[in-house]
Amino acid sequence: MTERFNEQLNEWKNQVKKTNERFPERKEQFVNKSDIEIDPLYYPKEDQVDEKYSEKIGFPGQYPFTRGIQPSMYRNRFWTMRQYAGFGSAEETNKRFRYLLEQGQTGLSVAFDLPTQIGYDSDDPMSEGEVGKVGVAIDSLEDMETLLEGIPLDQVSTSMTINAPASVLLCMYIAVAEKQGVPKEKVTGTIQNDILKEYIARGTYIYPPKPSMRLITNIFEYCANEVPKFNTISISGYHIREAGSTAVQEVAFTLANGMAYVDAAIESGLAVDQFAPRLAFFFNAHNNFFEEAAKFRAARRIWAKMMKEKYQAQNEKSWRLRFHTQTGGSTLTAQQPDNNIVRVALQALSAVLGGTQSLHTNSRDEALALPTEESARIALRTQQIIAHESGVADTVDPLAGSYYVEKMTDEVEKEVMEYLDRIEEMGGAVQAVEEGYMQREIHQTAYETQKKIESQEEIIVGMNEFKIEEEVHEDLLRVDEQLEQTQVNQVKNIRQIRDQSQVDEQLSKLKQAAQKSDENLMPYILDCVKSYATVGEICHVLRDEFGEYTGM
Amino acid sequence: MERKIRVLIAKPGLDGHDRGALVIAQALRDHGMEVIYTGLRQSPAQIAQAAIQEDVDVVGLSSLSGGHKTLFPKVVEALKEKGAEDIPVIGGGVIPDEDIDYLLEQGLQKIFTPGTPTTETVDFIKSCVSGDSNE
Repeated sequence: MTERFNEQLNEWKNQVKKTNERFPERKEQFVNKSDIEIDPLYYPKEDQVDEKYSEKIGFPGQYPFTRGIQPSMYRNRFWTMRQYAGFGSAEETNKRFRYLLEQGQTGLSVAFDLPTQIGYDSDDPMSEGEVGKVGVAIDSLEDMETLLEGIPLDQVSTSMTINAPASVLLCMYIAVAEKQGVPKEKVTGTIQNDILKEYIARGTYIYPPKPSMRLITNIFEYCANEVPKFNTISISGYHIREAGSTAVQEVAFTLANGMAYVDAAIESGLAVDQFAPRLAFFFNAHNNFFEEAAKFRAARRIWAKMMKEKYQAQNEKSWRLRFHTQTGGSTLTAQQPDNNIVRVALQALSAVLGGTQSLHTNSRDEALALPTEESARIALRTQQIIAHESGVADTVDPLAGSYYVEKMTDEVEKEVMEYLDRIEEMGGAVQAVEEGYMQREIHQTAYETQKKIESQEEIIVGMNEFKIEEEVHEDLLRVDEQLEQTQVNQVKNIRQIRDQSQVDEQLSKLKQAAQKSDENLMPYILDCVKSYATVGEICHVLRDEFGEYTGM
Repeated sequence: MERKIRVLIAKPGLDGHDRGALVIAQALRDHGMEVIYTGLRQSPAQIAQAAIQEDVDVVGLSSLSGGHKTLFPKVVEALKEKGAEDIPVIGGGVIPDEDIDYLLEQGLQKIFTPGTPTTETVDFIKSCVSGDSNE
């Protein structure tokens, strides 16, 4: 028993040494305000160790990664501060991106408008009223060039919240990078590309599950060979939680979806270690502080076990659950919106103590509108205060060994496993989604929550208790209503000036490729994009071939 | 027997956030109403058509994407075109205070913003219906 512990400990020390040679620690010495030195990691003394510690908790950077995926976590580098942003035109969003980078943000995260996310051009009748509202409108490569102008794609990593048309936007990103002289082997970032949670909770699906899963595995395969540093999927619990689920349901349904992608990729002929290291996750952080921190630790442990034992992955990178966190949008109140700053700070802290790789902190005014520049800055400052002032990043996984947190981590794991067994009995996540199982579970929890709030069994400060007479909220961000027309004109213009015969030829090649189920569509989509075919045109070709999903 | 109040809950436009719509639908059912939920991505014309076909007493619209200023009035317009302007239309979602007056001018009966107890919506629908019906 102590033998195993000592082995783990020695291995950890070696790992730390190696890591520090490559990326030195942030400071030469970590001390607190009383000048007490802070160790990189605290762990039990040899004579206090039991089997459980080595088995379930272990050391950071080691299986099952309960304490984190890297040996010394934020001692070397803070999490990536990645604020999700985008609204209106590509030009306006480009300005916001540059502002955030100047303010010390370390990665980009693009929000697209709904027409882009559902594969309609801005001049499509379906797009009316939605152009540029919840994100930036992208029709053709021209818009993407504007969006990323002046941003060095060899230095900045970009996360794109795009699902059904993920292949199209990824190809646009690759094309812009190439124009900047950055080869696709070098670009880094993430596409969300998680269609199952769209059917469950978020709603931006286009095609039925089967062809959607094909597009996803096409991306896995293409990127494994051509874009090796890009995260090909961000398997998301965030929206499941926002739709009303509990923390346990969030992890359970996300990991069930994750297994479905792994199954699909293996079925398409890929080896698990070929794609699994590029799988990423995306979780929510809500208000129940210790429950949230425990949730992240449990998720890591379950996934590691799953990948190692069930899928027999050999590469350690395949075992590591890397995740982005966003604070909980549905926990924000429209009443007394400044209170939301405090909620966000607590939620962000739970994500940091849970070992997140990157973080988005919501803005105080998001229950009312998209954030203003000032609100977005306060949200970023919240992360910077946690990083630079609170000291919580100076030692790894400081909550480990807490009776409460360890017990809660075990409990979350146990309950998640029960759900995973149930979903497996149903035939897996795709089947469960098609039967509406997860949707029903989530809806039931959402309704229970609403009833608890109305009966004041749950107190929401400023909303159902501690209320004040509200003043009208001024100073909200408004998306220019003229933008839609400008964008419509722009896409019409690009159709005039591009070489139409090129576009027709590339679209027709894509159509033929789509008809052959063993053809990888990525190279064809890349050619379409480079000919300035639009998101809508490309998605319409695939709609004709694959059909449309019309909901449950 | 007294006829149950019939309500159409609809999601106009491309917005996929349906937690609020589903919770409201459930709450109205718990208060004895019959609720028809359209599902996502409905055009104003489709919503008006469904309202008439289902012979509803009230239409409830939900949008969290910022498209309400364009889409909500279009539903009122579509109902009018089909001669069904007597069906009251209410709305909810992430809607800034300053848009509410505009929407009321455009013929919406009431806008409910985040934090509204479902009982308030129930009471409003009941008062809407009892005001113009002796069934």
